[in-house]
Amino acid sequence: MAALLEMRSITKTFPGVKALDQVNLTVREGEIHALVGENGAGKSTLMKVLSGVYPHGSYEGEIHYDGAVAAFRDIADSEKRGIIIIHQELALVPLLSIAENIFLGNEQARGGVIDWQGTFRRTEGLLKKVGLSEAPTTLVDKLGVGKQQLVEIAKALSKEVRLLILDEPTAALSESDSQALLDLLLELKAQGVTSIIISHKLNEVRRVADTVTVIRDGTTVSTMDARSQPITEDAIVRDMVGRDMAHRYPERERRAGEMLLEVSGWNVWHPEHSERQVIRDAAFNVRAGEVVGIAGLMGAGRTELAMSLFGRSYGRNISGEARIRGQVADLSSVPKAIAAGLAYVTEDRKSLGLILEETIERNVTLANLAGVSAGGILNENEETAVAEKYRAAMNIRTPSVFQKVMNLSGGNQQKVVLSKWLFAGPEVLILDEPTRGIDVGAKFEIYGIINELSAQGKGVLMISSEMPELLGMCDRIYVMNEGALVGELTAAEASQERIMSLIVTE
Amino acid sequence: MAMAETTETAAAPKGVGEYLKSHLREYGLLIALIAIMVFFQIVTGGTLLRPVNITNLLLQNSYIIIMALGMLIVIVAGHIDLSVGSVMGFIGALAAVMIVNHELPVFATIAICLVVGGVIGAAQGYWVAYWKIPSFIVTLAGMLVFRGLSLWLLEGQSVGPFPKEFQVLANGFVPDIFPPAIGERLAPLFDARKVNVLALCTGVIAAAVIVWMGLRKRARNRAYGIVDEPRAFFIARTAIVSLALVFIMYKLSTFRGLPNVLITMGVLTIIYAFLTEKTTLGRRIYALGGNEKAAKLSGIKTERLTFLAFVNMGILAAAAGLVFAARLNTATPKAGFALELDVIAAVFIGGASMSGGVGKIVGAVVGAFLMGVLNNGMSIMGIGIDYQQMIKGLVLLAAVIFDVYNKSKQG
Repeated sequence: MAALLEMRSITKTFPGVKALDQVNLTVREGEIHALVGENGAGKSTLMKVLSGVYPHGSYEGEIHYDGAVAAFRDIADSEKRGIIIIHQELALVPLLSIAENIFLGNEQARGGVIDWQGTFRRTEGLLKKVGLSEAPTTLVDKLGVGKQQLVEIAKALSKEVRLLILDEPTAALSESDSQALLDLLLELKAQGVTSIIISHKLNEVRRVADTVTVIRDGTTVSTMDARSQPITEDAIVRDMVGRDMAHRYPERERRAGEMLLEVSGWNVWHPEHSERQVIRDAAFNVRAGEVVGIAGLMGAGRTELAMSLFGRSYGRNISGEARIRGQVADLSSVPKAIAAGLAYVTEDRKSLGLILEETIERNVTLANLAGVSAGGILNENEETAVAEKYRAAMNIRTPSVFQKVMNLSGGNQQKVVLSKWLFAGPEVLILDEPTRGIDVGAKFEIYGIINELSAQGKGVLMISSEMPELLGMCDRIYVMNEGALVGELTAAEASQERIMSLIVTE
Repeated sequence: MAMAETTETAAAPKGVGEYLKSHLREYGLLIALIAIMVFFQIVTGGTLLRPVNITNLLLQNSYIIIMALGMLIVIVAGHIDLSVGSVMGFIGALAAVMIVNHELPVFATIAICLVVGGVIGAAQGYWVAYWKIPSFIVTLAGMLVFRGLSLWLLEGQSVGPFPKEFQVLANGFVPDIFPPAIGERLAPLFDARKVNVLALCTGVIAAAVIVWMGLRKRARNRAYGIVDEPRAFFIARTAIVSLALVFIMYKLSTFRGLPNVLITMGVLTIIYAFLTEKTTLGRRIYALGGNEKAAKLSGIKTERLTFLAFVNMGILAAAAGLVFAARLNTATPKAGFALELDVIAAVFIGGASMSGGVGKIVGAVVGAFLMGVLNNGMSIMGIGIDYQQMIKGLVLLAAVIFDVYNKSKQG
């Protein structure tokens, strides 16, 4: 097959740093090409060069597309040639309908008057192609993330796409939605659409990709062809991090101590739809030194369980009993929950965990300002000392603790959130998707921190959508489905199949 | 991705140019104020910096500055208060009715008015904080309600004049505590009739404190290896600020000395600067404005803080209302009309962000002075109110554009 796209010796420099250094990428007509690499490796920058976000002339090197040298001035320019990029953060307008979103900026109109008949007809056709049965008039707001992703793809198809670029398309999707999306990609491939997929999920890459290109530190490390021989995940990981990772999950001495957190009869109702019960009669416990997992599909109620427990931050009509070290604990507000020894690391780091405009120092001390003040007056020297301590302990990579958190990479941001909660001195930490959107190297470090916590005798409750992670890290795993804990497995019993079968049979 | 790398390496020590670029906003405000003062000093033939005009400038802007302190906190917390002009007018009317019509004692009236201001703030803050009603709407309603209440209270008439004890709130001067002999001896040196030694001393001491605090902060930054401002910048900035302070105080000392209002303003500014920068309460307000959800999940009582920000604003609006009424020596139904916009403009010119979490007390005060000097200078020049409005509007727009441009460049 001929090459549809050839990027040759692409070099892109930002003030002070070479983001891309002589990167080569060849994508053949009709293949699915996976682009993998750690966060900050340069994948997104490369795609921005390709799609014209960084216009021709702002980088060095050549792009050959469809048999000619391409010099895109902006995104509109590259879209005209059939290159469509779907970003990780979806660009849909929630309060417009599916049809309106699909033809946003490309309205089916005659003389400025929209042809609704034609719009709906074409939308129906496109929705059928991506396997959605929703009506074109449905508001995007009403769809789950998985279906929204499909709408994005339908939107791309409406523009006669030749090269579809997906940036982390399954990052926010549940297992089954991810599968559906990947199936769709394979189907589009059969219809002749070429795609580039950026992903951290190596099992997915292995499943769909014909070719895998690994980028590290702004250079191309390797290109592997899955058609000549199967690609192993270990090989990809090795190239991504530049070292052999025999153990993706660090070893930990497993021992469970005294009972720390015991929850029983926990019921929660939806904050707006008061007749909907979100958590049903949940009971679980965490012992000192244990790492306990909660597995489940997206929407199973895992985050809702954690947030309702942590100062009733979610839901209403909450009932049930929580004991900490055997004593009934008052968790009715966040300050009380913190005082009782709980900490909750949120799933959504940027909007719920951090104050992005503030410095690392100020984020670290936020949950325990009393620890760096006397009589309400801050001791700035002590505050800096605390931040420096955690920067060293957590290996937060930054020139100074006075750096704004928004300038850090995802992994380092997560370390700041963990620092904040550790400084609050909790007994039990609830970690909600602690490694989401974090590259392999930083994941390993986060696992190390979790193990360190358990060695100190803290209890860890870990919510994750990545089953291998739960299997690799946890002593026990609770399985959650539709608001109820439907099973409990020890590390020895647990496997992906057992967890899935518990979810499916309930 | 790559952007993260850029900024992570960007904090290494760099040249003067780079430093200036990343701190353009802070210097810009100071430079703008100085430039405007120099400009008006020249075009008004030296009238701007005459002792009597400086005194006037302080009195004219005192109520704006007092309210800007509260407004900065409200805006940092992520809200806005459109009612402060009306509340200020209402409190002035209330004071007039109590003192002039009902002959209540001045001191009791002041205390009651401040409490009423707090209650008004609480009444508005309650809906904003606990019912999540947008502050724009609540305070827009408040603006109308209190405008109407002032009219009703005054029955459409102006009420005055106030007794002497009340007037001194705005028009009084701190008596010189030093023996007059010292002042008389100094007078020929400054080519003045008499010199207020207290004002002079205050200026010198305040300047010394500024230098000392600057040096201390610099030493601390050094110790933690924070990129520090280049020595030349530090010296220039500190020298300009402290010399300007001494200069203003010297001018005041050759007139009637320290206005009471200046003391009120100065003390309040110091208290609020301390509160916002050095206390856990202040830190929590910035966190609330920076990311309310994250602050709440970190154990911060966001509702209560929002409520308190509005209570505080109400008290300061009441204080401003008292000063305003005392200065005009009468309460009129139109007092404080559209003044909220001047206050809000001062805060934004001072570098606060519309989305909350960003802004400094000192910035708001300088912003208010900048507007004040513009007003005063243009009035001396005899520029019509029409042009004055247009120019002030454009200055506000320019300041905010400058902010946004700066931010996008640092990206």
